Amino acid sequence: MPTGTTLAEKVWNAHVVHPGQDGAPDLLYIDLHMVHEVTSPQAFEGLRLTGRRPRRPDLTIATEDHNTPTLNIDLPIADPTSRLQIDTLRNNAREFGIRLHSLGDADQGIVHVVGPQLGLTMPGLTVVCGDSHTSTHGAFGALAFGIGTSEVEHVLATQTLPLKRFKTMAVNVRGRLRDAVTAKDVILAVIAKIGTGGGQGYVLEYRGPAIEALSMEGRMTICNMSIEAGARAGMVAPDEATFAYLKGRPHAPAGRDWDEAVAYWRTLKTDADAVFDTEVDIDADALEPFVTWGTNPGQGLPLSASVPDPDEAASDEDRLAIAKALEYMDLAPGTPLKQVKVDTVFLGSCTNGRIEDLRAAAAVVGGRAKAQGVRMLVVPGSARVRIQAEKEGLDKVFKAFGAEWRNAGCSMCLGMNPDQLAPGERSASTSNRNFEGRQGKGGRTHLVSPLVAAATAIRGTLSSPLDL
Amino acid sequence: MEKFTVHTGVGVPLRRSNVDTDQIIPAVYLKRVTKSGFEDALFSAWRTSDPDFVLNRPAYKAGSVLVAGPDFGTGSSREHAVWALRDYGFKAVLSARFADIFRGNAGKQGLVAAQLDQDGIEQLWKLLEAEPGLEVTVDLVETQVRAGDLVAPFSIDAYTRWRLMEGLDDIGLTLRHEDEIAAFEARREAWRPLTLPAKHLPDAPVAPARPA
Repeated sequence: MPTGTTLAEKVWNAHVVHPGQDGAPDLLYIDLHMVHEVTSPQAFEGLRLTGRRPRRPDLTIATEDHNTPTLNIDLPIADPTSRLQIDTLRNNAREFGIRLHSLGDADQGIVHVVGPQLGLTMPGLTVVCGDSHTSTHGAFGALAFGIGTSEVEHVLATQTLPLKRFKTMAVNVRGRLRDAVTAKDVILAVIAKIGTGGGQGYVLEYRGPAIEALSMEGRMTICNMSIEAGARAGMVAPDEATFAYLKGRPHAPAGRDWDEAVAYWRTLKTDADAVFDTEVDIDADALEPFVTWGTNPGQGLPLSASVPDPDEAASDEDRLAIAKALEYMDLAPGTPLKQVKVDTVFLGSCTNGRIEDLRAAAAVVGGRAKAQGVRMLVVPGSARVRIQAEKEGLDKVFKAFGAEWRNAGCSMCLGMNPDQLAPGERSASTSNRNFEGRQGKGGRTHLVSPLVAAATAIRGTLSSPLDL
Repeated sequence: MEKFTVHTGVGVPLRRSNVDTDQIIPAVYLKRVTKSGFEDALFSAWRTSDPDFVLNRPAYKAGSVLVAGPDFGTGSSREHAVWALRDYGFKAVLSARFADIFRGNAGKQGLVAAQLDQDGIEQLWKLLEAEPGLEVTVDLVETQVRAGDLVAPFSIDAYTRWRLMEGLDDIGLTLRHEDEIAAFEARREAWRPLTLPAKHLPDAPVAPARPA
């Protein structure tokens, strides 16, 4: 009889305030609550209407990211509805005493980039945010998941959430990644394998040599897209890379607290005799750069493949889904993916907008010329990432290449600000969702890694750096 | 929250799988700061561009029970998706599989997310397409769906069902455990981070990017 527990269960068990009985959920304590302008106004309004106050402003942090323009950030926001939403967050932060990093502040940026860079994201925490990509923070061995606005209000008021236990799934990534194959390709392959619903009800734990060899940035990319497989959260057990990333960051523990923390963090791994509810194996050696061809992140294939044929689908349901996706994407079955021409390349987002992503792309485009007619947007995930990139001269590389060098935010990942695709326009995007209209009404999205994005900007068709 | 026991209303067959939250409500509508008035946003891309879209057909327009393909509500955490369905007039969504966050959000806003097997969904689709405007009964007491001659059981998490039937507010329920929350806080370790007082790297100027 196995007695061990998994990483996710350890973190869960350490946060149970009140155990649920007879099918009721556990009441879980929340260590860190991140807030942005889109999913919080109605939560603050709820507090106001019920006369409640945030219980722990000192466990709460807000940034402006979804609506913020990436040009002319010193001027008033042109779109009045975006401006209203940002102003609403500023007023709520002031009224309720919440720390806010506003546009123009060096710590402004996408909430999932800002938390880790400030050292607020740590192993063993429960982290929530009204944003599904909160799963990003699981890269540190935190239990981190997205919540809805009612839950945002709940956490503000009580610093807890009633939650049903998740099931656990091990994603074993064996072997070693080949040249030009990145964390993004791993997660796109995982989602293609288990499907957009395959992770429903699960916390995924990414394990194995290929995961251990990844940087924290790469682990964040993978955990970030756990939600695209339907999972609430993804996790990686903390190790020396995690501790090295954290040490010395503004909010990382110091002195004796650091030693105590690290001693505890070292215990945060799945016991050898623990049993996962499900296990999935991925062979890293066999992976190629991956791209999506359809309208959900599970509709992906290796870059060397061709657009699938609906008539070869396994079921009627699949046939219909493929046909609908191809119609929207305006792709003919059998077309080699490498022949698909794009209009726009977007490098950025909470998936791939970190310094390592910009470095990787800059190394590919440096000294080369952009394909004619292709527009490339480079949007750092945070103002600090932008500052760091400028220090390293990456901005000059991108500008010389002909790319646009922007200020930080979610930008074209979801097109809530002016950075959008025009109807019928096609992008290669390092973001996380290729849903219909995600990047602008009628826009067509192919999800790719930063390396593929860079090579695609050079050739004008979906490409890997190995094609150059 | 209003109590929910039994609802009967026009069924709407939505023959699509993987209906993601960007389809339910595109991001452009998320800029509002209110919690109601999202009815115009529901399925806006399909309603504005496809005259044959099911909600554009008069018989289904007044629908209140949505019958959708599997993996409904995937994608973002936006509760706006639930508000849009609710504001349009939907009381229940039936599907073989729901995305976790969507299902949670629905339960908090009094929208029933009832899980039927795909066979039941297919039968409902056939009935609703054969007789547009047919009413469907969603019975939370008996956890079953009834339409025409069809009676199909559905599943819903027992706790959510209880809360929906009682119309209970989650925050109120949690605050009954106030003492336990305070006791938990008293034993939290010192290394766990606080956002206040704020700590930063040295401040640095952020140059505004300009149009090319």
